[in-house]
Amino acid sequence: MKAAVLVFPGINRERDMARTLRLISGHEPTMVWHTDTDLPSGTDLVVIPGGFSYGDYLRCGAIAARSPVMDAVRGYAAKGGLVLAVCNGFQIACEAGLLPGVLMRNERLKFICRDIFLRVERSDTAFTRGYNAGQVIRVPTAHGEGNYIADADTIARLEGEGRVIFRYVAPDGARDPAFNVNGSTNAIAGIINDRGNVLGMMPHPENHVEAAIGPTDGRGLFAGLVEALDRAA
Amino acid sequence: MKARVTVTLKSGILDPQGKAIEGALRSLGLAGVSSVRQGKVFDIEIEGGDRAQAEALLKQAADKILANTVIENYRVDVLG
Repeated sequence: MKAAVLVFPGINRERDMARTLRLISGHEPTMVWHTDTDLPSGTDLVVIPGGFSYGDYLRCGAIAARSPVMDAVRGYAAKGGLVLAVCNGFQIACEAGLLPGVLMRNERLKFICRDIFLRVERSDTAFTRGYNAGQVIRVPTAHGEGNYIADADTIARLEGEGRVIFRYVAPDGARDPAFNVNGSTNAIAGIINDRGNVLGMMPHPENHVEAAIGPTDGRGLFAGLVEALDRAA
Repeated sequence: MKARVTVTLKSGILDPQGKAIEGALRSLGLAGVSSVRQGKVFDIEIEGGDRAQAEALLKQAADKILANTVIENYRVDVLG
C-alpha cells in the first residue's frame, strides 16, 4: 500500500491515521502538504484525515477543499483512485465536490466525543470487505458538525444505489433515533461516491485498531483496503 | 467600493443554531419571536469603481467559496 495522508493547517488526526496505516499495511505513508500540486507517484490510497482544518472558519472543510492539493485529489479520484475521508476529511470531501451533501451542526448542538456503534451496510466495497454486511462495529467519534444532510433526491439516490455504507445504530444493530448521535438524515454516518472509490465517514476507525488501547473494530477497514489493493496489483 | 454578501440557509434546511437562539430569546422573555434562522454577512471592499464588474466578481466569490449552494442562498449588494 502506498498511502498518502493529506496535511492541512489545523488538522490533528494525521498522525493517528499514519500510525494505523503503518501498523496494518506495514508501509510508511507519505504525508502530503496542502500546497503540493501533485500526489506522490504510485499512490494507491489518499487519506483526508480529521481535525480542524483552518480552524473550521467559514464552514468546516470549506477552505481546505479549495487548496491546491485537492485539485490533484479530484484528478486522482476521477481516474478511480481510492480516497478515504474521515471526520474533517469527510467535510472537506463534501465541500470539494467529491461526495454529495453537507455535514451540518449536530442536531443537539453538542460536540460529541465518545464511542458509537455503526452498522456496516455493505461488505462488497474496497473499504468494507474486511467486514460482514450488517455487522455492528464500535468506533470513536469526535465532532461538532456531523449531521449529514442532502436534498431529498440525493438521499433517495444514495439509498437506492446502496451508497450508504455506515449508519449510526444501537449496539444490537437496530435503527434507533437515540443512537443517531448527531441527527443525520437516515442515520447516515458514511457514504461512497457513485464509482465506489471515495468513502467519507464521520467516526474514526483509525483509533480502534490496537488491543492495548481498546476495541479493534476499526482494523477491518484498513485490513480490507490492504487486501483490495493486493488483489488489484 | 463597499459591498456586502449575505449568505442565508435555504428554506427547509434544519438550523440547529437558529433554533438555539430562538430558545434563548424566549428564555430572555422576548415574546413575539416565532422563528430565527442564522446566516452570515461578509463586508467586502472592492478595488476600482465598476459596479457590474464588482457584482460579477462577488458572485464568483460566493459560488466558489463564500456560500455552499447545496444548503445556502446568497445575495450580493454593491453599496458604492
